[in-house]
Amino acid sequence: MTWTWLIGAGLFLVLAPVIGGLIAGIDRRITARMQGRVGPPILQPFYDVGKLFEKESVVVTTAQNFYVLAYLIFIALSGALFFAGGDLLLIIFAFTLAHVFLVLGAYAVHSPYSHIGAERELIQLMAYEPMIILAAVGLYMITNSFYVADIAVSTVPAILYLPGVFLGFATILTIKLRKSPFDISTSHHAHQEIVKGITTEFSGSTLAQVEIAHWYENVFLLGFIYLFFAWNPVIGIIAVVVTYLAEIFIDNVTARVRWQAALKSGWLAAVLGIVNLAILAYILGYMMTGGA
Amino acid sequence: MAFLKRSPWILHYDASSCNGCDIEVLACLTPLYDVERFGIINTGNPKHADILLITGGINAQNREVVENIYEQIPEPKVVIAVGACAATGGVFRECYNIVGGIDKVIPVDVYVPGCAARPEQIIDGVVTALSILDEKRGKMTGAARTKEEARHAEQAGEST
Repeated sequence: MTWTWLIGAGLFLVLAPVIGGLIAGIDRRITARMQGRVGPPILQPFYDVGKLFEKESVVVTTAQNFYVLAYLIFIALSGALFFAGGDLLLIIFAFTLAHVFLVLGAYAVHSPYSHIGAERELIQLMAYEPMIILAAVGLYMITNSFYVADIAVSTVPAILYLPGVFLGFATILTIKLRKSPFDISTSHHAHQEIVKGITTEFSGSTLAQVEIAHWYENVFLLGFIYLFFAWNPVIGIIAVVVTYLAEIFIDNVTARVRWQAALKSGWLAAVLGIVNLAILAYILGYMMTGGA
Repeated sequence: MAFLKRSPWILHYDASSCNGCDIEVLACLTPLYDVERFGIINTGNPKHADILLITGGINAQNREVVENIYEQIPEPKVVIAVGACAATGGVFRECYNIVGGIDKVIPVDVYVPGCAARPEQIIDGVVTALSILDEKRGKMTGAARTKEEARHAEQAGEST
């Protein structure tokens, strides 16, 4: 136990950018096929990031570099804590703090596009935060632990107790993966969402850091999905793949909604989660009192 | 490493074109031509762009816009003038408001002829631009190195 957590964190820090980049490449390829196109090479995201590091730095407000670096570090930290088996609540707070840094970075510059993106990122934060915390609470209720290390080895099939929480989490996953219909603050698809929203003023190596942070984030979120199926690793991995494919499908068949609808959807997901937890609390209470 | 050639992001600007060439530019993104195969992305943000793909002969009003966009694209960058108007002003060259060609305002690296330019020609123009882009990158890193060496030499001179 003493050293295993370090191995998990180390593996995440080294491998997550590779896996995240590959996932992004496969994602782009599948998206292209769904649109009847050939699509870019699988390694395209790595070419893109490599290219961004070759470009000239045209930063006007140097404070943005600091904020974006902090965003990258805290995303990597929250993911590393997760794969080290750490406390889910601490992980969620580090994760939220990371996005606050991204928003501050976008507000540090003077572009109105960047500011619109930052406002929308804050709205997204409000939309998904309740659901993410409810997911942690749900996993606690059935495993009696907030520690990822304990949840991951739990033999309880969490998904059977938490179907509502899982559906709610899948909904906000669409926000987190920056996919339609909720990609309102910035979008994977070029030439869209108010000329790229929150990333408007980031270019060159700064934009590359945002991209790498997004890869870390995606791997962390897929790990979170795995926790719902952790009692059986094979089913867990299949569930993660199916969930991600479903997200790509939803991205391609839905139009982007307005921010009001994104906020409502996030909170509706949270209501679904709360109902699930309320029923679960009732059943668990009933079982504890022996039906009396 | 030449990642630049594998990931050219394009900014498309219509500088007073008749919209004919612009439709052909957008046709390059459709499933038939699918330029994303080559990692080419049509971005809307000059700060993310590597290639400025520009159509039309530039009029008095968007001259400043073109200059502004060109300034905002980080080095290394190339400019592709698409269509007859972008090269010379085309059929509009006698108009009182037309500047008459992109190269009257900003330096152009590649000219794509045609009225309207065909998608195949536009893709060929972009591929030609890629080698120029790589050449510029080489010069840029070379210049940065020379500058750095000069700075070091200066510091060494001061210390002795």
